Amino acid sequence: MSRALSRTMGAVIAAVLLAVALAACGGGSEPEPTSTGASSGSADEPIEANPANEGKSITFGSKNFTEQFILGEIYSQALEAGGFDVTKELNLGSEQIAYKALQDGDVDAYPEYTSTSLTNFFGLEPDEVPIDPVEAYDLTREEYAAEDITALPQGKFDNTYVVASTNEMAAELGDPTTITDLAENPEADELTIAGFPECRQRPDCLLGLEDTYGWTPEFVSNEGKFEPLDNGQTDLGFVFATDGELSLGDYTAYEDDADLFPPYYISVGIRNDALEEIGPEGQEIIERVQAPLTEDVMRELNARVDLDKQEPEQVASDYLSESGFVQ
Amino acid sequence: MSVVALLGPFGDAIDFVLHERESVSGGVQVGGLGEIGRFAALHLILSAVAIAAAIAVALPAGLYLGHKGRGEFLAIGVSNVGRAVPSLALLAFFLAYLGIGFTNVAVVLFLLAVPPILTNAYVGVRQVDPDAVDAARGMGMTDAQLIRKVRLPLALPTIFAGIRLAAVSVIATATIAPLANVQTLGEPIISPQIYGGAGQLGAAIVVALITLAADAGIGFLQRAVTPKGLKLAEGSQPRRRRLSVALPTRRERTT
Repeated sequence: MSRALSRTMGAVIAAVLLAVALAACGGGSEPEPTSTGASSGSADEPIEANPANEGKSITFGSKNFTEQFILGEIYSQALEAGGFDVTKELNLGSEQIAYKALQDGDVDAYPEYTSTSLTNFFGLEPDEVPIDPVEAYDLTREEYAAEDITALPQGKFDNTYVVASTNEMAAELGDPTTITDLAENPEADELTIAGFPECRQRPDCLLGLEDTYGWTPEFVSNEGKFEPLDNGQTDLGFVFATDGELSLGDYTAYEDDADLFPPYYISVGIRNDALEEIGPEGQEIIERVQAPLTEDVMRELNARVDLDKQEPEQVASDYLSESGFVQ
Repeated sequence: MSVVALLGPFGDAIDFVLHERESVSGGVQVGGLGEIGRFAALHLILSAVAIAAAIAVALPAGLYLGHKGRGEFLAIGVSNVGRAVPSLALLAFFLAYLGIGFTNVAVVLFLLAVPPILTNAYVGVRQVDPDAVDAARGMGMTDAQLIRKVRLPLALPTIFAGIRLAAVSVIATATIAPLANVQTLGEPIISPQIYGGAGQLGAAIVVALITLAADAGIGFLQRAVTPKGLKLAEGSQPRRRRLSVALPTRRERTT
């Protein structure tokens, strides 16, 4: 309830601010990007439909959760706007299924997170993944190349694990800002932390807290990422950096100051034959629409689906028009 | 080794159950009889609690409603609605009221077990031969005696079919428990990133074995509680015609 309310309030405030900003701008020289915050001036000009692309087809895939649905829609709709013939397969299930589909050519492309590729497809253990995002991407690109797949340049947002709590809990704990602060709390080991079941045994999740921070909070496996925090059933929770709930301002995220969590940047894996078909023009479209996606923007888009209950298809098309890619 | 190799993925899954190994994502040992045994024990306790509670509530209710011939809507309608709500949704729903943990999952599984037990008890009692009931009444039995001595024994096969159904679905569904911090055999099934395909399949095999064992166990219980008289009656019933097509009688042939 309170979440829906605060979200509505947030939207109202954003709308007012936006109206003020637009009024201040005066004579509407350029179409201002709206509340996605995709304002970094990246959308220089809209995507033009090139008649030469007609008949060039691509099947775009995604895995089966909110952010993937949105990303799949964004890339697909952008390529469609560029005149390509796009088929969407946006519900492929887990990464194992999606990757198999990509290898078999059932889909030509789908966006994957760098660390997910490295640990799930290329046999790296989580602690072997380079903590530097660029190194992780370079390695991902290299590994994909052996499969005749190209990992297109990575995006700007890092959807890695985040340790978070409600703001009230943060105040109660004396306003820590980093995980080190949390671990140094005199009652650190009595704190409870919620997470998806597999987190319990993952070196880059719960096990990592002990190895890297010497901290052993009590783990509570569950499904809802924010519910246990809201209900006060756990003190902390493992969530993801781009979860829409984090855009509400109700939660505090603690900085991973000792670099435990590996980088999870998005990179579209595309089959080389498909890349040839859509050419540099298709690749440019993918990179351009991905450029404004910062963590803040991605959170906002995820929030529109998860909290405002909008359709990913609609959210993606709003994003493209608000950022000026499509008119 | 060669036998295990022959079995392919099944061999690997069985090996996972028998011997611990390093997890897929590294850093810990998983599988083996110790861990699987712990998961299985909690799985059994959780399922047993849910089924026992469901029997304690649904069986008397079903018997009473069936005996009175009232509340068919309650017994069948409501419980069918209950069966239509996914357990996973209930788990999330009860999170706010019961918290994360054993109670939450036990209540969800209890609700899953109630419908088949309630419905079968109701139907079982309803379908008891009315002549037998009349005869018992004529002998001066009270309602309680009638239920205990006539309706319940005659309805036993249907009642037990309901309990078996409930047990099978509860044991299978108890695999969602790790989503509420109860480490059952669902743990390897839900987390293939840790336990791998072998863990997933291995745990599934153990769940299947437990289900079969529980089904057999309840069947054994059924035979143990069925009164001797009924067993004799079953044995002495005239055999049904062996052919599914009735042979014409002589008279039919002549006319």
